[in-house]
This record gives sequence, C-alpha cells and structure tokens, in this order.
Amino acid sequence: MKIDIILAGVGGQGILSIAATIGMAAVDMGLHLKQAEVHGMSQRGGDVQSNLRLSNREIYSDLIPRGQADMILSVEPMESLRYIPMLSKSGWLITSTEPFVNIPNYPPMEEVMAEIRKQPHHIALNADQIAKELESPKSANMVMLGAASPFLDMPFEKLEKAVHTIFGKKGEEVVSKNIAALRAGREFAEKNR
Amino acid sequence: MQRMLLLGDEAIAQAAIDAGISAMYAYPGTPSTEIPEYVDHSKEARAKGVVTHWAANEKTAMEGAIGMAYAGKRTMVTMKHVGLNVAADPFMNSAITGTNGGLVVLAADDPSMHSSQNEQDSRVYGKFALLPILEPVNQQEAYDMVHYGFEISEKYHVPVLMRITTRLAHSRAGVVRREAREQNPLKLPEDLKQYILLPAIARRRYKALLGLQADFIREGAESGFNKYIDGKDKRMGIITTGIAYNYLLENYDDRVVPYPVLKISQYPMPRPLVEKLVQETDEILVLEEGYPVIEELLKGYLSLGLKVKGRLDGTVPRDGELNPVIVAKALGFPVDEEKCIPEVVAPRPPSLCPGCPHADTYNAINECLKDLPKGRVFSDIGCYTLGALPPYNAINSCVDMGASITMAKGASDAGLHPSVAVIGDSTFTHSGLTGLLDCVTDKTPVTVFVLDNGTTAMTGGQISAGTGRIDQICKGLGVEEEHIRILKPLKKNHEEMVKVISEELEYKGVSVVIAKRECIVELNKRMREKFKNKQSS
Repeated sequence: MKIDIILAGVGGQGILSIAATIGMAAVDMGLHLKQAEVHGMSQRGGDVQSNLRLSNREIYSDLIPRGQADMILSVEPMESLRYIPMLSKSGWLITSTEPFVNIPNYPPMEEVMAEIRKQPHHIALNADQIAKELESPKSANMVMLGAASPFLDMPFEKLEKAVHTIFGKKGEEVVSKNIAALRAGREFAEKNR
Repeated sequence: MQRMLLLGDEAIAQAAIDAGISAMYAYPGTPSTEIPEYVDHSKEARAKGVVTHWAANEKTAMEGAIGMAYAGKRTMVTMKHVGLNVAADPFMNSAITGTNGGLVVLAADDPSMHSSQNEQDSRVYGKFALLPILEPVNQQEAYDMVHYGFEISEKYHVPVLMRITTRLAHSRAGVVRREAREQNPLKLPEDLKQYILLPAIARRRYKALLGLQADFIREGAESGFNKYIDGKDKRMGIITTGIAYNYLLENYDDRVVPYPVLKISQYPMPRPLVEKLVQETDEILVLEEGYPVIEELLKGYLSLGLKVKGRLDGTVPRDGELNPVIVAKALGFPVDEEKCIPEVVAPRPPSLCPGCPHADTYNAINECLKDLPKGRVFSDIGCYTLGALPPYNAINSCVDMGASITMAKGASDAGLHPSVAVIGDSTFTHSGLTGLLDCVTDKTPVTVFVLDNGTTAMTGGQISAGTGRIDQICKGLGVEEEHIRILKPLKKNHEEMVKVISEELEYKGVSVVIAKRECIVELNKRMREKFKNKQSS
C-alpha cells in the first residue's frame, strides 16, 4: 500500500501538526515515511505545502510525482486548488472553507468554492467553525485530519493514539478536545462523502 | 540501534554529535540552518559539552572550525551554498594546510532557488579545492556519510566537503543511529609548520594534496557509496548523483531499472566504474541535481566522443531541481500534464508579518523619498528583502550579504544623492562593517539604515552578533556621533521618523539610522515562554 498526501496551507497555519500526527500513526504501524517540508522564506505568510508519503515498502523520492497524490489536505480553500495538478484521478481533495486573506487580490469565495465543487471527490468543511463549536478553536487542524481519516488507509484508533502521544504533554483536557475535534471531522466526512 | 524520524539536516547534526564533534560552527542560511539548530537544542550535545558557535559569518565560522581541527578535535562547519562564497578563502586554503582533527564542511545547495539568490553547485567548489566530496542519496546515507567523512578526513588529514540539496535537507525519514564515539583529546599537529602557508611550505603541501587524488578516487570506488547496478538493456547507461537516484527508481514500479546505473555519491568520480559503464552501453544519460558537472566532463568541450544526454542537450531542463516527472520525461515515459492550476488561484508570495517593525521603517523611508526619482535604495538579504514587494515597493537591490552599503557607496561615488542602504542587524555584522568603514574612509555621502530587530529573523531567530551594540559599533568605525540616529519604528512615531530621516538624507556625509524594535515573531515567542513559565511556577 501507499498513501501520498499533499498538505497545503499558508505559512504559519501549522500544517506540520497534521503531518506529525499522521507520521506518528504511520511509524506506529511500522510503515515507511518521507515528509518533505517547506522552510525559509515562504514561511512568512506565503503558500506552503508538505509532501507526506507513507508506504509499506521503501520510499525513494521525497517528492510526490505530479498526478499521483492520493489526497490534498488543505487548511485553506484557495490553497487546496494550487495543488490540483498533483492529485490523481481517483484522489480526494479535503479542504477547510475558511479563507486566509493576506493578499489584496484574493478571489471571490464563490469562485473558489465553485472550483472545489468541480472536483469529483471532495470534502469541504468549515473546520474553524466546528472547532469553535467544540470550544476548542485551536483544534481546527485536527478537525481537518478527522475529515481526511475515512480516506486514509489506516485504522482510526491509530490516529487517536497518535493524538494522545503528541498532545499528552499538554494534559488530559487538551488531548480530549483534540480527540473530539478529530471525531467531529470524521463524522462530517462520513455524512458528506 | 535507535531509529529516529529526522530531517536530512537533523540526521547530519545527530551524526556529527555521534561521530564525536567537539563543536559546531555556523552562520544560519536556508536550507542548512536546522543542522546547527539541532545541535544547539540537543540535550545530548549539551551533556557532552558540544557547543554551537553562531559565527558572525561563514568565513569566521570556517576559520573557527579550521582552528578547532588544528587542535586535534573533530568539528563541523555548516552554511548554505552562497555562504561557501563567503568562506571560500579559508575553504580553499584549508585544502592546502590540510587538517589535524577531522573537519567536515557542509554546504546546503538550493536548486530552484526556494530561498536563495542563485542555484550554484557546491560540487564545483569541492573539485576546485581538490577535496573529497560526499553527496548523500537519502537521510540514512547522510547520517552514515558524516561518520565516514570524519574517518577519511582523519585518514588523509584533509577537510571533506559534504553537499546536500533542499529536498534532502528538509525532508524527514527514518534514520538508524550508530553507537556514539568519544571526542578527540586536544592534540596539536605533529608538524607545527603544517599550517604556515609561506610559498615554500605551500608548494610542498599542494604537491602532497595532488598526490592524494589517486587515493581519493580509490576510496570512492571502494567505500560502497558509489554503486554500479547492472541492467539488461545496454542501449543506455544512467549516471545519477545525490538524490537524483531516488527520482530514477520512483519511475519503476518494481524498483528495477532495465539499464545499468551508476549511482554516484562520492567524488572524485570512481573512474573504474565510469569506464565500465561507458564501455558496456551505447549512450549515457546523466541525472544530476545541480549543474551539469559530470555531464560536461564526460561530454567534453567539442562533444567529439561519447553520446551523453542530460541538461546540456535539453533531455533534462538546464536549470532547477529535479523531480520524478522530469526524470520520467528524460526516460521517455509518457507524462500526463492535463491538469493545470485553476485560474482562480492567485499567487501568494511571502510577506512581512503583521506588526513587523520593517513595515513602519519602509513606510517612513518611502514618504521621505516620494518626491525623488525612484531607484536609490540598495537593500540586502533578510526578511526586509520582502520590502521589494507591494505594498512597499521600497528597495532596488538584493545581491549578496552586505552589498547594500557598498553598492550605495558606489552609486554615491558615481554622483547619486541621496544614496540609501537598508541592511538588517545580522547582515550588518556579517558583512556590512567593512563596507561602512570604506564609506567612513572616503567620507562618502550615504544614508545607511540598520534595521535592528535583535535577531537573525528570516532563518528562525538565531543570535545576532551585534545585538544591543549597533550604535557603538558604528561609532567605533568612525561614523560621527551626531549622525548616528536611533529610531523606534512604530506607526505612532511616523512623523518623528520622517523628520529625522529627512535630515540625514540631506547630510553630505556618512549617516546611520538605526531602526530598532524587536522582531514581532521573536517577541511573541518570548511572551509565550514567559506565560508558560508563569503557569508552571
């Protein structure tokens, strides 16, 4: 098996916390992993992505070949579209609908959403809203991971365990809030797939 | 042994600690910064007394490392590719002095210029210096090669250059550690004239270096990092360097390449293996992450001999980093390029952070210069280079570390007035001081802005050598005290800033305006720490 994921967002949105959680679950499952990140200039509010690759055999390229990603997982709607050429024909686009507007020429939201809806396999959700409703506004990224989870070829318990491991240091309350966020995201995706 | 999930940079840092370095020397630069950062933050390194020395620039870092190795210890010095230009003088001459303790020089190249002003290939420097070069294929090999690099450095008493590129530096993978080795004791060179490069000694030492070249080639054929992997189809032979090997294998589902492949990770090139590949195949495809170094060598100036394909004949693009699709095309595989980025997607370039002090400084400078013809602001390398973009459009150059001041001087010498330089505090202590001294010596009319945010911000907030003393440094260099002006860049201070800046722009001599306010990212970081400590106490 292999799972190739493009994680997308804007510098400072913390997409690497999603990568770290999936990575933790993958290592727990004994999978091989490669994860290419963006450091340096783009981190200052520019577009950023991470190529996360999981496989049960050795992975060579650090970069996902164009047109072969199984998923785009984006915490920002316009950014999810930037990597469409990377997505395979059967791949899923999972994105938050909450725009991050730090450029003067950000396109009208309805155009962005129309383009997202054109994708044959997509899940679009307002992760910030869901996280706020759970009284855990910082857990929006875990909502997104939850929404992606039905399409990841890994047991949900492994992701929950990874959340425990990663947030464990911050106390039981933080862990349970993130688990709740993860489950809420998953529930949304199951209902709307 | 322990398996860790590490960035390529982190694997190199962990290996340096495990190989028994006594110190790390560095000036930060993408994509190399995470190496010294890792050592700096490693509890293990601290317990062993291994310190990261954040040097003023790559040259002082390199010289520090040469000195530490002189004293018999193992050490590593890291920099980005263009940093090796700054360190080129000591680097080239360290090949002649040779070394005593193990010395590994790490240069991280940035093909495709993700965070750089060019994509120069450090292998050219390694060849220029006649030193062994190591170029790992993946994170594990990077880890192993650091150990090996120190071994051959101490075996032949020469520095070793290790060259990586962005994708390896910033990609994470599993790495298996080795047992840690003790540090070397303090032990001076046996020949105390070894490092005195007077002509008579230098000539002798250069001959010795030339004499080692055959050994270096032999090591490259025997170490196992260079591999000949046979294939049935002899119509083509493929040479890969560094991570290009991964992109090649990515294109074959069963990971079996039908052609003979020579994977090169160590230089000078393994001559016997290259000869074998050339003899057994009809033509050669060279896949290099970087300049066509090997391709050019094999092809020859007039291309009279071998049939060689690569970057020079367009089989592979002439510039930029490689990826699996570029390699697929070079192999003649069909590539589906139907899907494009939807038109609705707007570019999102990096920008100054909300609350950044540079924004207030640029607003004030722009106002002061608004009635003059554009094109008189020479800038430099750091976050403030983003002042080139809208809404600021405030600067006209970014060339190399420190060039703002010296270019402003040159333009002033040519008659441009006012001539303005904008430079960050860390870049100023890196390479701005000597340029400012030139201005003082010639009494050149220039207005130099030192944007002092107290840190090396672009690379993530490393120590800045002149923090808290920029004004004293300027005074020490001979700038008149009344023309060293300190401002606090804040919106509410805009009128005052405009007034002061206007005065200094009119002055027909050297003036320095220090715009001093803490980097907003560092301030937030500090506040979070403070909050955390308060909570825990």
